[in-house]
Amino acid sequence: MIELLQGFLLLAGSFFMLIAALGIVRLPDLLTRMHASTKGASLGVMLLMAGVALHFLEEVVFARTIAITFFVLMTAPVAAHAIGRAGYFVGIELWKGTVKDELRPNYNPLSHRLHSGLKKTARGQEAGKSHAHDSHKGED
Amino acid sequence: MQILIHLSFAILALSMVLCLARLVMGPSLPDRVVALELLSMIIVGIIGVHTLQSDETSFLDVAIVVALMSFLATVGFARFLERGGRRDD
Repeated sequence: MIELLQGFLLLAGSFFMLIAALGIVRLPDLLTRMHASTKGASLGVMLLMAGVALHFLEEVVFARTIAITFFVLMTAPVAAHAIGRAGYFVGIELWKGTVKDELRPNYNPLSHRLHSGLKKTARGQEAGKSHAHDSHKGED
Repeated sequence: MQILIHLSFAILALSMVLCLARLVMGPSLPDRVVALELLSMIIVGIIGVHTLQSDETSFLDVAIVVALMSFLATVGFARFLERGGRRDD
C-alpha cells in the first residue's frame, strides 16, 4: 500500500516537473514562463520529497525533506519576484496578447523610478476637490 | 518499484532536456535565468529519486545545498540585471 502511494507520488512529482519544462519551452513570454516554471517545479519538488519521506520513514529523513520543501516554498516566490522585476526593468517585450500592464503608467524607464499610482491619484483627487484642505496640511 | 524509479528518472531527464533547450535558445538573459532555476529544481528532484534508488539518506543534504545555491544564483542574477549598468548610488 505504501509502495503504491510512494510510486504515485514519484510519478506525480516527475509529471509536474515535465509540465514545468514544457511550459518553459512552449509559452511565449518571460512572465508566463515564470508562471509555469515556479509553480510546477515547487509542486514537483514537494511531491518527490513526500515520496522520499514515505520510503524511509525515519525522523531524520522527515526533517530533511520538510526542510527542503520549506526552503523551496520560501525561496521560489522570492526568486520569481526578483527575476520578474529585473526582467521588466531590462525591457523584455511582453506577449502580443497581453491585456493589461498595470506597471507601465507607474514606472518611468528613464529615471528608473516607481511611484505608487494609488497615492498619486488619491492626492490628485484630494487636491482637485479641496485646495483649502491641502493648504491646511501644509501649515501643519 | 524499481521500474517506477527508472520511469521517473526518464521523465525528469526529458524535462531537463526541454529546459536545456530553453536555456540555449532563450532570447534574453532573464529567460535563461528562469531556465537555470528550473534546471536546478529538476536537479533537486533527481537527487531525491537517487536517494530512493541508493538508500543513502545523506544525498538529501546535497539537495538542500543545490536549492540554496539556485536561490542565491537567481537573486544574484536579478541584482546584476537590475543594477548591472553604471552605479549611481
